[in-house]
Amino acid sequence: MDTALQSLVDQVQAAVASHTPLCIRGSGSKDFYGNLPQGQVLDVRHWQGIVDYDPSELVITARAGTPLALVETMLSEQDQMLAFEPPHFGLAATVGGCVAAGLAGPRRASAGTTQGAVRDFVLGARLLDGRARQLRFGGTVIKNVAGYDVSRLLAGSLGILGVILEASLKVLPRPRAELTLQQDCDEAAALLRCNQWGGQPLPLSATHWHNGVLSVRLAGAEAAVREASATLGGQPLPTAHAAQFWTALREQSADFFAGDLPLWRVSVPSTAVPLGFDAPQCFEWGGAQRWLRSDLPAAQLRARANQLGGHATLFRGGDRSAGVFTPVSSAVLRVHRGLKAEFDPTGIFNPGRLIQGL
Amino acid sequence: MHNAVVVQHPELIAALRAVLPAGALLVEPEDTQPWECDGLTLIRQRPMAVVLPDTEEQVVQVLQLCHAHGVPVVPRGAGTGLAGSAMPNAEGVLLAMARFNRVLSVDALARTATVQPGVRNLAVSDAAAPYGLYYAPDPSSQIACTIGGNVAENSGGVHCLKYGLTLHNVMRVRGWLVDGTPIEFGGLALDAPGLDLLAVMIGSEGMLAVIAEVTVRLVPKPQLARCIMASFADVGQAGDAVAALIAAGIIPAGLEMLDQAASRLVEPFANAGYDLDAAAVLLCESDGTPAEVAEEIERMCSVLRAAGATRLQVSADETERLRFWAGRKNAFPAAGRAAPAYYCTDGTIPRKHIGTMLKAIAAMELRFGLACPNVFHAGDGNLHPLVLFDDSDPDSVARAEAFGAEILEESVRLGGTITGEHGVGMEKINQMCSQFDADSLEAFRGVKRAFDPAGTLNPGKVVPSLHRCAEYGRQRVSAGRVAFPELPRF
Ligand SMILES: Cc1cc2nc3c(=O)[nH]c(=O)nc-3n(C[C@H](O)[C@H](O)[C@H](O)COP(=O)(O)OP(=O)(O)OC[C@H]3O[C@@H](n4cnc5c(N)ncnc54)[C@H](O)[C@@H]3O)c2cc1C
Repeated sequence: MDTALQSLVDQVQAAVASHTPLCIRGSGSKDFYGNLPQGQVLDVRHWQGIVDYDPSELVITARAGTPLALVETMLSEQDQMLAFEPPHFGLAATVGGCVAAGLAGPRRASAGTTQGAVRDFVLGARLLDGRARQLRFGGTVIKNVAGYDVSRLLAGSLGILGVILEASLKVLPRPRAELTLQQDCDEAAALLRCNQWGGQPLPLSATHWHNGVLSVRLAGAEAAVREASATLGGQPLPTAHAAQFWTALREQSADFFAGDLPLWRVSVPSTAVPLGFDAPQCFEWGGAQRWLRSDLPAAQLRARANQLGGHATLFRGGDRSAGVFTPVSSAVLRVHRGLKAEFDPTGIFNPGRLIQGL
Repeated sequence: MHNAVVVQHPELIAALRAVLPAGALLVEPEDTQPWECDGLTLIRQRPMAVVLPDTEEQVVQVLQLCHAHGVPVVPRGAGTGLAGSAMPNAEGVLLAMARFNRVLSVDALARTATVQPGVRNLAVSDAAAPYGLYYAPDPSSQIACTIGGNVAENSGGVHCLKYGLTLHNVMRVRGWLVDGTPIEFGGLALDAPGLDLLAVMIGSEGMLAVIAEVTVRLVPKPQLARCIMASFADVGQAGDAVAALIAAGIIPAGLEMLDQAASRLVEPFANAGYDLDAAAVLLCESDGTPAEVAEEIERMCSVLRAAGATRLQVSADETERLRFWAGRKNAFPAAGRAAPAYYCTDGTIPRKHIGTMLKAIAAMELRFGLACPNVFHAGDGNLHPLVLFDDSDPDSVARAEAFGAEILEESVRLGGTITGEHGVGMEKINQMCSQFDADSLEAFRGVKRAFDPAGTLNPGKVVPSLHRCAEYGRQRVSAGRVAFPELPRF
């Protein structure tokens, strides 16, 4: 066995034997996310490398510690991309952290073609579980229904089921043309427009509203982008400026995200009315992902999100001790407990990170 | 497989009779017999009883009663599944969900539809059509199969490469755990807190929860679709053309292949105009706005030409496009006409091995003495070889089963999977032992336990027991080949 892998297995075995909680960690770029990390750090960065990449198969397989930036560079050399446009939140973000956090960027809600959550692009994974077993789920082909889809369950699991050792991700060709348009409108009008456009065959690849400005990124065949830009109207952003704009949004380096006020992520149906609240806000994903800067009580924000058919997460900052995620129903919790008991019977992996007490 | 003796449970039957309306409980052999198999007619088993509830309350009562008596429940939709996933249990109740057939709502602005599980796949698109929307996954069985079955199998269709599988198009599933506890997976937002249980629920073959309601994502109908029909003189070349299209950065709306035997099989049936001299025919579709389609069709044609296509024909209008597809979509009925019976398998392999696989299948045709035309979702590397056999001849049946098993083994050897979209069910349960190691299989059992601790929801499917894998291992000869014809597969 490779020494880096052997070391992970040894550390997990030792932790199981001594009931020592482990905090699975790549570069730590997402330490801020989820409930407070606890336990002894299990560093997966040495377990890195591209296992396989064949552009005509549209899949890349990488070890967990592989830098995300390396993967993206390799893909862009072949004119391909990770279509969920993952945020890095740090220069050294890893593939394992990307899958475990399950966060997607602006392209998440692109219209027409396959939706862009991380899990939608996970084809297979290897997991080191709490019995120190090395498990393999899924595979490297696009269609695969052999056995339960555990590899996709790992996307967004925040490491509570074990150490993601390797992931096979579906990749897509980069669009041939891209154009960002901006137009002035208030939030309610922006929400309506985004939803109406979503029902038309338009090559939308990202939407964003903030402070009375709606920004729309079109991506696809040249003809499609040209035609759609005529339909949508608005001011085109120069190419370099547009790239910076979407990167700043994805990486949360835009001005909106600066400062110490807690950042809330409110996930609601795209057609939900504006949240209200006297607080700085913006939205993405055609209205399905709303960001809010506020130190209002969690209960108040959660109640509003719930009323609109969604949920609210304390994404960054604030007091994480009360739990950053909306609690799940008792039936769903029962299944979570069952899964945790199967994959991590001694409860050593990332305790409480996704669900308090689990 | 032969019918095992049905176990009787008079006490439970009496209790079920009390909660179900007249005619919604079938127990007599002549009444339960029509339910003894799904679309995989090779495996049959009569259930103890069939129930056909028409209210959610009745379903909950059925689940609670069966749970209290420790009796297995097998959910069923339209019974078009091809893997025996809905095969009844001799000791259990078959829970037919087909009466839950209402489209509950279509939200055009949000682009979602909420439907009951017994709604047919095509009925969802029909309900969405007035808004210029449709439900993208389109299994060939879409006029008959239900959304509940689609969710349970993670069904695909000919447009998956671009528009995704059921998994990518379902937002929310509401249902019950095996003891009748209500549960909801996903939601109307794009994500839900906690683990993504929706992802594991989809494709779980009715083994984790019973589905009561599904919210699907609808997508805008493209303005235009055009299809290229390309002929190749060699199947390997056609396979390479598929890889070349992808490498050129093109994601066709559909990319299907028929080998010569398949073209010749369907042509008299569908009059699609296939080139019967070609070793393989590729159907390659582009959709979008007229300008977009024109641009893409041109790029596709030049890639196909460079890959050695001997003839290219682009559909001139919608009638012609549908005619091109008619052949592909009628492959199964055509096979049904050409032979007393056919057996369709579902392996998926990396696209680059398509040529290798077709050659391996040709060799198997000789070895097993059965013809096997091939149609497949080439863009996904998902094969549907159609083994033609005679179901009245036990030897022919045994050869067909062994042929199918061998194709699955070859799919695993080539780095693929035993099933792309039909599911494992009973049919491919032995080959799960080849695709997964013992630990991973045990982890699947763990997932099952987390949802269904007593193991009574559609038990015995998908995940083989240790014992079964040991048996299967013994029966395969050392060369890694399936022993024939002694091997009982079911
Ligand atoms: C001619 C033909 C062509 C086909 N073409 C395709 C194709 O192109 N692509 C493809 O993917 N498949 C195809 N299939 C296979 C089949 O149609 C699909 O698997 C379909 O999704 C099954 O739906 P069903 O309603 O018939 O389900 P059934 O066969 O009744 O059941 C399938 C599974 O779903 C479970 N189930 C059903 N309803 C529920 C519920 N309410 N709650 C929980 N579990 C439930 C059952 O337990 C079972 O495990 C084809 C089949 C035929 C006969």
